[in-house]
Amino acid sequence: MIVAERKTIPELIEILKGQKKVLVLGCGTCVTVCLAGGEREVSIISSALRIASRLAGFSLQIEELTIERQCDNVFIEKAAEAIERNDAVLSLGCGAGVQAIAERYPAKPVYAGLNTAFLGILEERAVWTEKCVACGACVLHEYGGICPITRCAKHMLNGPCGGSREDRCEVLPDRPCAWQLIYQRLKGIGQLDRLKQIKPPKNWNASIHGGLRVIVREDHRI
Amino acid sequence: MNAHAFEPLIVGFFCHYCAYASADLAGSMRLQYPPNIRIIRTPCTGRLEVDFYLRAFENGADGVLVAGCLEGGCHFIEGNLVAKRRVNQTRDLLAEIGIEKERLRMVNISAAMGRPLADIITDMIKTVRELGPNPLKSTSGNKKEQKDFVQI
Repeated sequence: MIVAERKTIPELIEILKGQKKVLVLGCGTCVTVCLAGGEREVSIISSALRIASRLAGFSLQIEELTIERQCDNVFIEKAAEAIERNDAVLSLGCGAGVQAIAERYPAKPVYAGLNTAFLGILEERAVWTEKCVACGACVLHEYGGICPITRCAKHMLNGPCGGSREDRCEVLPDRPCAWQLIYQRLKGIGQLDRLKQIKPPKNWNASIHGGLRVIVREDHRI
Repeated sequence: MNAHAFEPLIVGFFCHYCAYASADLAGSMRLQYPPNIRIIRTPCTGRLEVDFYLRAFENGADGVLVAGCLEGGCHFIEGNLVAKRRVNQTRDLLAEIGIEKERLRMVNISAAMGRPLADIITDMIKTVRELGPNPLKSTSGNKKEQKDFVQI
């Protein structure tokens, strides 16, 4: 799941300065689950922006709407009329959602209301942790299902670093050492011999360093 | 008394199972407290969402008082604890927006606490009176809401 968090109200006021009618557009998928951009947050952020804009000397007229998914044209269609009748859109979707709306409406300013943070899971109630950096060439099978790139602070493929204390990371002492987790996991599944292999440097071309990534499935194209 | 002196308007969200009954008790006891509060009965303070508080301020309230059951005494087990977290979150949000967080307060009282409730309301009104009017009232575009609010 994509995890995001709200920009601060002063930041949003700065972004929206000069606008009159703004559509605050929520997304009913990932950002709803991580409590950043769903229907509830649309209502709270809209109310906060109405108050803050009046205090800043310009009154924003805000329309509130949440669609099922902002990263899909089929669902964006449902916001078409609302987008048309407003001067700008404050999207509470992830970065993909904001750009999907902006591409669909070239003449309409579309602003991001959230900071898209990472791909993660709900670890416990109201706590989300990063689990994947979308590197494009998954190595999870080699590490017992625990990603050293994401969860080791030093992104080591041949760990551990030797700096961990007990089972804690030396960089982030409140987090477990990823390599400790990898060791325990591999021991549990009887694959400790994997640790004896030296992993060559990773090819980062499949990640963002290789430029914009596009996946085409010819078998599903029309 | 100066006719133009600032009289705060407080919205009170009172839980049906405790605070609302204690307000009733305060009435039966003939206790005096300033008439600046408009009490709204709620099934449980856990029902109150962050935007309820924001909208009260948006529509001209000078302060919001949330009164729930004593901790451990919620009719719905932990509604008042949920409310406590939401009130704290809203206080931080208010500070971010530019409204004093002291304008929003949560208290825990039981149905038998008629006199403490009267004292709490009096103290809340004193706090808000010292803070002055809701800063939104001095901005344009709120005249209609203010008028509507006063007429309630």
